[in-house]
Amino acid sequence: MHGIKRAVRTARVGLFLLAGAKGIEKKGGDGMQTLYFDHSASTPPHEQVIRTMAEVMAAHYANPGSLHRAGGEALKLMERARASVAEWLGAKPQEVVFTSGGTESNNLAIKGIVGGVGRKRKHIVTSAVEHASVYQCVRQLEEAGVAVTVVPVDRDGLVSPEQVRAAVRDDTVLVSIMHVNNETGAIQPIREIGKALSDCPHVRFHVDGVQAIAKVPVAWKDWGVDLYTGSAHKFRGPKGVGFLLVREGVRLAPLNAGGGQEHGMRSGTSNVPGIVAAAQALRIAMEGAEERLVRWRTLRRRILEGVREIPELVYNGSEREELQAPHIINLSYPGMRPEVLVHTLEQNGILVSTQSACSSRSLQPSRVLKAMGFDDARAAGSIRISMGDEHDEAAVELLLERLKKAVAELKPLAKTR
Amino acid sequence: MTEDWIIVRFGEITVKGRNRTRFEELMLARVKEALASFGSLSYDKAYGRLYIRLNGESFDRVADRLKDVFGIVSFSPAIRTANELAAIREAALAVMRAVDPPPQTFKVSVKRAYKGFPYDSREMNHLVGAHVLRNTPNLKVNVHQPEVELKVEIREEGTFVHCRTVPAAGGFPLGMNGKAMLLLSGGIDSPVAGWMMMRKGLELEAVHFHSYPYTSEQSKEKVITLAQRLAYYGGRMKLHVVPFTELQTRLARTGYEHLMVTLMRRAMLRIAERLAEKSGALALVTGESLGQVASQTLASINVIGRAATLPILRPLVAMDKLDIIRVAERIGTYETSILPYEDCCTLFVPKSPATNPNLHIVERAERRLGEEMERLIQEAVTGTETIEVTETERSDAPRAGEERWF
Repeated sequence: MHGIKRAVRTARVGLFLLAGAKGIEKKGGDGMQTLYFDHSASTPPHEQVIRTMAEVMAAHYANPGSLHRAGGEALKLMERARASVAEWLGAKPQEVVFTSGGTESNNLAIKGIVGGVGRKRKHIVTSAVEHASVYQCVRQLEEAGVAVTVVPVDRDGLVSPEQVRAAVRDDTVLVSIMHVNNETGAIQPIREIGKALSDCPHVRFHVDGVQAIAKVPVAWKDWGVDLYTGSAHKFRGPKGVGFLLVREGVRLAPLNAGGGQEHGMRSGTSNVPGIVAAAQALRIAMEGAEERLVRWRTLRRRILEGVREIPELVYNGSEREELQAPHIINLSYPGMRPEVLVHTLEQNGILVSTQSACSSRSLQPSRVLKAMGFDDARAAGSIRISMGDEHDEAAVELLLERLKKAVAELKPLAKTR
Repeated sequence: MTEDWIIVRFGEITVKGRNRTRFEELMLARVKEALASFGSLSYDKAYGRLYIRLNGESFDRVADRLKDVFGIVSFSPAIRTANELAAIREAALAVMRAVDPPPQTFKVSVKRAYKGFPYDSREMNHLVGAHVLRNTPNLKVNVHQPEVELKVEIREEGTFVHCRTVPAAGGFPLGMNGKAMLLLSGGIDSPVAGWMMMRKGLELEAVHFHSYPYTSEQSKEKVITLAQRLAYYGGRMKLHVVPFTELQTRLARTGYEHLMVTLMRRAMLRIAERLAEKSGALALVTGESLGQVASQTLASINVIGRAATLPILRPLVAMDKLDIIRVAERIGTYETSILPYEDCCTLFVPKSPATNPNLHIVERAERRLGEEMERLIQEAVTGTETIEVTETERSDAPRAGEERWF
């Protein structure tokens, strides 16, 4: 089989690439090791996952929609990946719709529900702290005439299930609330919201779970969630692959017209290598989830403890650990421009993001922190530290040490209020 | 105090007198198989029923699986307590408080199977009911049409308090009534026929006739998917895929165009019967429903059926198509069955197939093929590929190389 040979050859190329791909972790000129604390922006894929992607790409290039045997094999492989994803997330295989990532999944869920409802008056309920791919999507629909209620959050960044329920009207078609906040790590009370909505059968409940999968327990079905978004590159899978879990019986209007793949919900030739690699990454992530949760919680406690010794920094989030994802810590240096802090940290060998990576190029105060009731100085000066598998106590001590050093370097430059 | 137990009630097996022990053991094995993915559950066998302790597993999820296990008539989430009045009263209150939304009316039904308990059923009705009433504002007793019937079962092994009974699949535990061979086509009917016979305690193997390249790989995949769905109910299933192309094209060249379907079906029964003998199956199961198509008129059923000596079970024979579809939807095979891939039964089908085939003419046509017919049947049997499937796995799929990708 030439396909196999090719796969082997490609695998070698893949390994070669891997050897050269240590860019981020390589030691700088002064021998300092760079630590990557930006896992909520994206994670390093497992070597195994990269190899899988390369091998499947080489061996199964046929279109899974083709009738011949090669197409059939690609299809079989993809369906096995689908079944695996479904099993790990408590779904049925036919409830998994593969997409290009979190943004597409969120758009598909929101526009798919809104577009699938025939009547003219429609209303969406969402929160003030959603990721841009939900927030902007809803804004877009608002401009097109859909009514929107944005539910506020408290100082911990949490919505109240009662307020969400109270916002629901007769013409409400969708409630979209994220699971774990990408900037602060706040865990929304999804179970309680699901329960509060249980007497509103006309309302679909969408949850953006991009930062939650393999980080915190996800029982979307038990919680009454109808649509749940995931993205592979947040759990050490490839970029460009995500999925939307769609509860059986929920109808979505597709975003794109085309060949009707993914049960007609997402046309476009399926990304077989990406999908298989994503399923593998999910399996690895889920297998280690419990152990990781415990480890991250310990490390997180230590980081918070260390940050308290740096009076310039304030922690944005709940003091109640169970309300926070274990891998994200949001800090502000009020009065400091966050990109200055990010670059100073980078010089000190620490990679973090301002706000979220997606919005960090804008220098606006964080919408999320503003919604939590913080002033502009605090909302504009925030950074996000997010942990990954590779971090241990030593990495955390190094992080704290360098954080201290960076703050000391910047202190003379800070605007005093 | 929460409803940490499930009372599982068995159906027809309890009537089976002496064999009861064997049935209950089979039942326990089937339940454990079906719930294998819930690692924390523990099991407690009792007379004519089974108790499952949740140990933190989600009742809804366990229930979703349990409702499809054959042999179970119904089950209830329950609180289990010692046989002491105070504990029973507390449990009763906890069960009532967990009802959402809170009911306005209720009644208590006490069953005292354990006669060693100091209060009789009537006294207990009062003792439990009064306690619940005292501690629940706005709740009244209504013995005729209560919103909630609070049941208290006092048994030797303990007292169970519950108020919700979930109906389940019923029937017999799988394997209790032997084994049969299902002719699985890929259409709507045959998976339903399989499910119905499995429900009656029959273990099934399936046989599928594949006419590659006239029927595609996808049509085979479709049948594997259906077998996997049946394996959800049966734990596992052997699917025999018979290479049917040669026999079918040969039959098409006999010159008896209008008898094509009759000849083909007879050949299928003969092959299925040989496979059945090999695996010790004592009957064939088909999805035939009287009058549905030309090959399912009484005359056709007669002429076709004579090709086999094993009994042919036709559970759908008196069912309407719409009812069959309804079952197919319920058991989760419909979506797959309506996928458009052709199966071999729709190939070479004449414009006007015989609805009243003549047995003599059919037998003459077969005699003309003589030994060639026997050879082709034998080749089909020998060339049969057997795939073992479970709900999620299949023996033919994970080629060694692929495993590392998952």
